Amino acid sequence: MVTNQASMKRNGIQDYVTLRASAAVISAFTIFMVYFFIATPEITYTVWQGLFASIYMKAFTLITLLAILMHVRIGLWQVLTDYVKPHNLRMGLQFVLNLMAFAYVAVGLFVLWGV
Amino acid sequence: MKKQRPVNLDLTTIELPAAGKASILHRVTGVAMFFALVFVIWAWATSLGSEADFQMVKDVLNGPFGYLVALGTLSALSFHLIGGIRHVIMDMGYWEELHSGNLSANIAIGGWVVLTVVLGVILW
Repeated sequence: MVTNQASMKRNGIQDYVTLRASAAVISAFTIFMVYFFIATPEITYTVWQGLFASIYMKAFTLITLLAILMHVRIGLWQVLTDYVKPHNLRMGLQFVLNLMAFAYVAVGLFVLWGV
Repeated sequence: MKKQRPVNLDLTTIELPAAGKASILHRVTGVAMFFALVFVIWAWATSLGSEADFQMVKDVLNGPFGYLVALGTLSALSFHLIGGIRHVIMDMGYWEELHSGNLSANIAIGGWVVLTVVLGVILW
């Protein structure tokens, strides 16, 4: 019997769609960065800084970081649910890992702000 | 339920099928990338700071530690991406049978190993 609903409640369809939609965004960013590294003859500081100074790239990067946040929230939950059985330990780990994912977005936001 | 069941704990005689290996690799690479992001975001954030910081990150990436972390991260990313594409194809109803599932898993793992070697040479 499920005695603690707080750790069980989950919307499977929403998770399924979010996982794939965020994966598509992250893949697009990956493909773009691979193209950038291949197509740019020499990546200097000026070129690198100029890339992220563009408002389009700022938006693309922030959206990708948010997609990573949504993707790992689901992915790490799946992994933790399968391998970490003690409820309190799992919740603790989930809290710390989700906090890390939030920190990635926060750091990214301020880096993009400053470029 | 019968209590006295035969137990096989000789791990050298047990092997995951290819689809199982692809599944666990997908998880391992995903978790690995989550932690690798600490390094990736550090390198990205620092390199955008100033000309000198950019050079410093470049030197770190050209060193043995930076090489290993960069290669490990890109290798994990490539398997996760290949495995993810395989999953989406399976969502559409293909490669769900025993034979096709294991074959696509083997091709995914084989392609990933080749890609990792190529990446290792490019980054060297």
